[in-house]
Amino acid sequence: MLKTYDPKNAAGINSTIDPEKDYGTPAVRIDDERSTIFVGLTIDAQQVSVPRGTSIMRAAALININVPKLCATDSIQAFGSCRLCLVEIEGRKGFSASCTTTVEEGLVVRTQTDQIAVLRRNVMELYISDHPLDCLTCAANGDCELQDVAGEVGLREVRYGFEGENHLNVEKDTSHSYFTFDPGKCIVCSRCVRACEEVQGTYALTVDGRGFESKIVAGQNEKFMGSECVACGACVQACPTASLMENSVIDQGLPEHSVVTTCAYCGVGCSFKAELKGDQLVRMVPFKGGKANHGHSCVKGRFAFAYATHSDRVTSPMIRNSIDDPWRQVGWNEAVTFAATRIRDIQKQYGRNSVGGITSSRCTNEETYLVQKLVRAAFGNNNVDTCARVCHSPTGYGLKTTLGESAGTQTFDSVEKADVIMVIGANPTDAHPVFAAQMKQRLLRGAKLIVADPRRIDLVRSPHVESDYHLNLLPGTNVALLNAMAHVIVSEGLEDGEFVANRCEQPAFERWRKFISEPRNSPDAMAAVTGIAANEIAAAARLFATAKNAAIYYGLGVTEHSQGSTAVMCIANLAMLTGNIGREGVGVNPLRGQNNVQGSCDMGSFPHELPGYRHVSIDSVRKPFEEHWGVTIDNEPGLRIPNMFDAAISGNFKGLYCQGEDIAQSDPDTQHVEEALRNLECLIVQDIFFNETAKFAHVFLPGASFLEKDGAFTNAERRISRVRKVMAPLGGKADWEATVALANALGYEMNYESPSEIMDEIAELTPTFKGVSFELLEEKGSIQWPCNDEAPDGTPIMHVDEFVRGDGFFAVTEYVATDEKVTKRYPLLLTTGRILSQYNVGAQTRRTENIQWHVEDVLEIHPHDAQDRGVNDGDLVQVSSRVGQTALRAEITDRVQPGVVYTTFHHPESGANVITTDNSDWATNCPEYKVTAVQVGRAAQRSNWQSKRALFSEQQILHVNEAES
Amino acid sequence: MSSSVTRLFIPRDTTACSLGSELVAVKFHQAIEKENLPLKIVRNGSRGLYWLEPMIELETEQGRVAYGPVRPGDVDEFIASRCWESNFNKQVHHPLLLGLTEKIPFLEKQQRLSFARVGVVDPGSVKDYRQWDGFTGLEKALEMTAQEVVTCVTQSGLRGRGGAGFPTGIKWQTVLDIPATQKYIVCNADEGDSGTYSDRMLMESDPFCLIEGMIIAGLGVGATTGYIYLREEYPLAHEILNRAIELAYETGYLGNAIAGSDRCFDLEVRLGAGAYICGEETSLLESLEGKRGEVRPKPPLPAIKGLFGQPTVINNVISLASIPVILARGAEYYESYGEGRSRGTLPFQLSGNIKYSGLVELAFGSTLNTLLNDFGGGTRTGEPMRAVQVGGPLGAYLPQTQWDTPLTYEAFSDIDAMLGHGGIVAFDKSVNMSEQARFSMEFCSIESCGKCTPCRIGAVRGVEVIDKICSGDNRESNTNLLEELCATMIDGSLCAMGGMTPFPVKSALLHFAEDFGSSSGS
Repeated sequence: MLKTYDPKNAAGINSTIDPEKDYGTPAVRIDDERSTIFVGLTIDAQQVSVPRGTSIMRAAALININVPKLCATDSIQAFGSCRLCLVEIEGRKGFSASCTTTVEEGLVVRTQTDQIAVLRRNVMELYISDHPLDCLTCAANGDCELQDVAGEVGLREVRYGFEGENHLNVEKDTSHSYFTFDPGKCIVCSRCVRACEEVQGTYALTVDGRGFESKIVAGQNEKFMGSECVACGACVQACPTASLMENSVIDQGLPEHSVVTTCAYCGVGCSFKAELKGDQLVRMVPFKGGKANHGHSCVKGRFAFAYATHSDRVTSPMIRNSIDDPWRQVGWNEAVTFAATRIRDIQKQYGRNSVGGITSSRCTNEETYLVQKLVRAAFGNNNVDTCARVCHSPTGYGLKTTLGESAGTQTFDSVEKADVIMVIGANPTDAHPVFAAQMKQRLLRGAKLIVADPRRIDLVRSPHVESDYHLNLLPGTNVALLNAMAHVIVSEGLEDGEFVANRCEQPAFERWRKFISEPRNSPDAMAAVTGIAANEIAAAARLFATAKNAAIYYGLGVTEHSQGSTAVMCIANLAMLTGNIGREGVGVNPLRGQNNVQGSCDMGSFPHELPGYRHVSIDSVRKPFEEHWGVTIDNEPGLRIPNMFDAAISGNFKGLYCQGEDIAQSDPDTQHVEEALRNLECLIVQDIFFNETAKFAHVFLPGASFLEKDGAFTNAERRISRVRKVMAPLGGKADWEATVALANALGYEMNYESPSEIMDEIAELTPTFKGVSFELLEEKGSIQWPCNDEAPDGTPIMHVDEFVRGDGFFAVTEYVATDEKVTKRYPLLLTTGRILSQYNVGAQTRRTENIQWHVEDVLEIHPHDAQDRGVNDGDLVQVSSRVGQTALRAEITDRVQPGVVYTTFHHPESGANVITTDNSDWATNCPEYKVTAVQVGRAAQRSNWQSKRALFSEQQILHVNEAES
Repeated sequence: MSSSVTRLFIPRDTTACSLGSELVAVKFHQAIEKENLPLKIVRNGSRGLYWLEPMIELETEQGRVAYGPVRPGDVDEFIASRCWESNFNKQVHHPLLLGLTEKIPFLEKQQRLSFARVGVVDPGSVKDYRQWDGFTGLEKALEMTAQEVVTCVTQSGLRGRGGAGFPTGIKWQTVLDIPATQKYIVCNADEGDSGTYSDRMLMESDPFCLIEGMIIAGLGVGATTGYIYLREEYPLAHEILNRAIELAYETGYLGNAIAGSDRCFDLEVRLGAGAYICGEETSLLESLEGKRGEVRPKPPLPAIKGLFGQPTVINNVISLASIPVILARGAEYYESYGEGRSRGTLPFQLSGNIKYSGLVELAFGSTLNTLLNDFGGGTRTGEPMRAVQVGGPLGAYLPQTQWDTPLTYEAFSDIDAMLGHGGIVAFDKSVNMSEQARFSMEFCSIESCGKCTPCRIGAVRGVEVIDKICSGDNRESNTNLLEELCATMIDGSLCAMGGMTPFPVKSALLHFAEDFGSSSGS
């Protein structure tokens, strides 16, 4: 019988590829032309046909002949060092390593003969002659490939004895919080080294010495913790023995069952196996079947999960009349009744529109859907918004306007076919590390890179990766730069005329073309504005325009500006102009920040849009919702978050239901936000921790972590993936259940047995989600929306034959300088960002060992600016803007350019947002976090705000403690 | 001639220098300056008669006349004797006179093709090189198509002189046949086998020969860049090669427009870092790329995916240095030497306990007896010779019964031995062959790259097991274990390092079992 392995089937979860199985060597890459040419051979009398370039080992594994192996694993290229996979090939002398030998037409392979058996046993005997015989007390007992292979080859004795030279007593490296390196158990297979190179691309590990002295070392023979290691876990994942082992497994033993779920950190949406003993989470293991991460992970998703069971978790509902009162622990009923009564009283007194809600980008699609439904149906207004307001709302607006859909156009895998990659306003290696690893592999294979960022992010130069152009523009000048690039492309005739003619709206294009051709948009004119030499801009534009496939990746460095929406439209224009839309390897790729920010936007979390990005003013859009929900929906958009704050300060907005969002820390102009929150009469905070916002709350509803509920997240590539409950909610209710309880208390009946039912309702009411169901998610693993009758399997690449809006629209993108300008008083520009080890406001990561990498937020300042101000490295410095002051420690580095300072906002006491202003995007009110004019000087002490916050915080924590006593 | 200046050849290759030729040269130089003598010193390379070094030569009407070994203390007397003034025939009484160099039997009996110019020419002179037929092969190659060049090499029967003996023409053909924007010629000059020095001699004494061979290789396969990967322990070769490359660029043999043609070839020397394994071709490529010297699995062959992933010819120094003569005199000429599938000549290198050590280039087909006795004159100690290791540290130890084996690739392969790079190390009866076997394993354990298990761990266990055998610890079972270990290393190793280390061990066990403490001969 001819067994044919079809890679097309391999794409589906029901195919012959089992993500739990290790095929030894990777499949031939899809961008390798050999992947479509099939070769037939005979292995142990069975015939198999596989793509040319496939190893014999993989071909055998595909027909379930599993050749013993130790140095081979299918996440990295074949290496050929362990010599256990030797096979015989008819007509060839000696033995061939099946991992490094690729298939050829007509080969006749025997994977097991008497001679091979002896050879394998003898090799294994050598291994074990330098390995401790402590299997029973070893952390990998039961999960050890060395143990498995010893069993497979029938090793029964070690005739060399154990008195010979060995590595058994080499000291362990216990420097790392999450894993231990025990060289005594190392078999020097180099899987860790190769994973660090071929999966993560960090090159932190190497083999030191040669021969028997060969040993794995981190960095320049340092401890793991002190090396360049980024703790992605790829080495631990690749290790076939207990040499690199999670400390949690060393401490607790092996897990006994696992559940596949989706990471709750960034917008990459990695798939993980949560491995447990009972309901105790032992480790998170990246799932090879995950289509966003293909078995890779980062330090957050892989290791930083201890927060989920941290003692800071608030597990009981609490209420209080005033924020000056101590809290009172109550049952769920009392809490939601208290909340509902207050909301209704406020509405009676101040009107229907005096209350609103904020959905969470960390909660599931089903949960955000319910919160906006609660606001629209139970509160009876459209005052619902989400944290995307402060991050990617310009993406929604800009891409909807130009392309017709508020989302990225590609899959992550699309990057495998990109020839030129432009990264603007994003720092993927820190903020989207798993995708960054994939991008780096593409760069290592020769793709060109343009980085536009005021700061020298790691992608600009890291081992074996270097950007072809680093356009270190001044903060706030993205539009100027992007216009200048487009100017070059148009004026030099480098545009894809055919694409523009066939796919784009002509009058709009002509209008734009006239605009962009004007000399004021030329690189010469924009050089002074952006701070980049005209010839650099032109050269980068040419590189981009002349690539076969060019892709743009961007982040909050594009959106969080007064011209955030304009810049997004510039990016879409650039992609359309060069025909880089609608196929693999190209596209407009917003790197979404939070795990489910895409989903929360999709689910109608904006005051002007119902689920599926459809305007509330359109009767035909509201009608099905009104019929299904049994209410009348306001046809006017409601308040955006900043409007809510303004209205609260002016006394018109009194009640807010805030789920899983810490606006008091994350939103700009903290003092303004705090004033607004103090003015509320009913602030309902639902969170897993008593966060900064909760300090101003009247009702606290305990949130559930991603481990405690079912549902789905949608990542930056529109991929909907299941979140699966692995433990009971510590607070008694999953977040969707809390919303249901609140709605019912408000007198609006909600009856859902499970999130699956909620998704069915979403699918019924949202055309782009029509085909989505939990059943389909179980079957496919994940689905990229739109998923409907036209695209029953989902849509990996959007706008293939035509744009969602029909013809692509070139918006005129006039550069308008921000009002936030440097002055004599505020001569520096502050810009903000993230760091690898921490996530967003840090509520989760600060409660894990990740804190070791980032104990406090610091201010990066260029040596020139530091010297001017007499600032030394590590000095406490005062950072002042026109709205506030805070104090941070200075870190002197030329990573930032002169005139620019940088900080992160992972610690609440840092007060990064005390300085940021209320400037915002003209279209969406997305705050201008990325540009704040500041002055920096040495400080003797923390700022006033910091001292006041400390006092307030202390008082509020006392109030919580009183509730518990 | 009488009134003109006489050329005085004083070698400055590493071997001659180590025997004092530098001081000899200095003394001559001082005397010439002081007395304004009509002598011109030329620093050539050694002729390869090491027991006669420092061997100096005077140019006479009859040919070059050799004197040696000349110690620094002999120089004054030599000057005083005014040897260069009279006819060579009248100088028979000089105690160091060796006669016409070409007539010294050790040299006269050789068949020098690759080494034809070694010791003859000034390694720093393009003119000298040209006078001795240099660059005629290149000129012919420039008039041929790439395929014709490769065909010529294929027809010559030349096989890789680095040790593996792979047909050079077939390797070149593979590279020629692969379309690629960039191809490379890499010369393996990481000569690390014990008892070998022919690469060094050639590079120090006739560097243009190697350069010419590499340029022709470039023309043959369509490569425009070459690298010589030289072991760092050869500083003099480094200096001489760099100077020769500089001169080749100056005279238009390297760079754009080679010898006035429209072809180009660039060449550079890169130094190794002291690892024996980097003489293995794939490790060499890794090292040349700036990585840890670690063996790559084959396939892909370097000819297909070599340096920086591009098609690459990687040949030993002697293989490449054989190319000019093949092109200059034709494939048939070269092919007419040798026997069976071993065509041409091999520069054998005699060392160890031998009376006349040095370089002997002979056509394939001679025997060890000829080399050891006729050329080598038996042991230096005068004791009976007991064992000979041929082909470096991975070559088998051969007992006297095998010394009449024809020196061909095939005949040696038939007796589980190899010619390798042509190094021959002789031992007299004082050798303990179990120590030699142990040394083979120990060498492997030190020099293994550490990648594959049979080599990385096997070599260490090999040493331990041999120790156990010699100390009488379960001799029989440990001997069986050693045999099995050898089989595991041969069948399982990734490259020839681990795969061939067992050959000297097995040969020692087989032929010299008595040295392993075996009373019963088990």
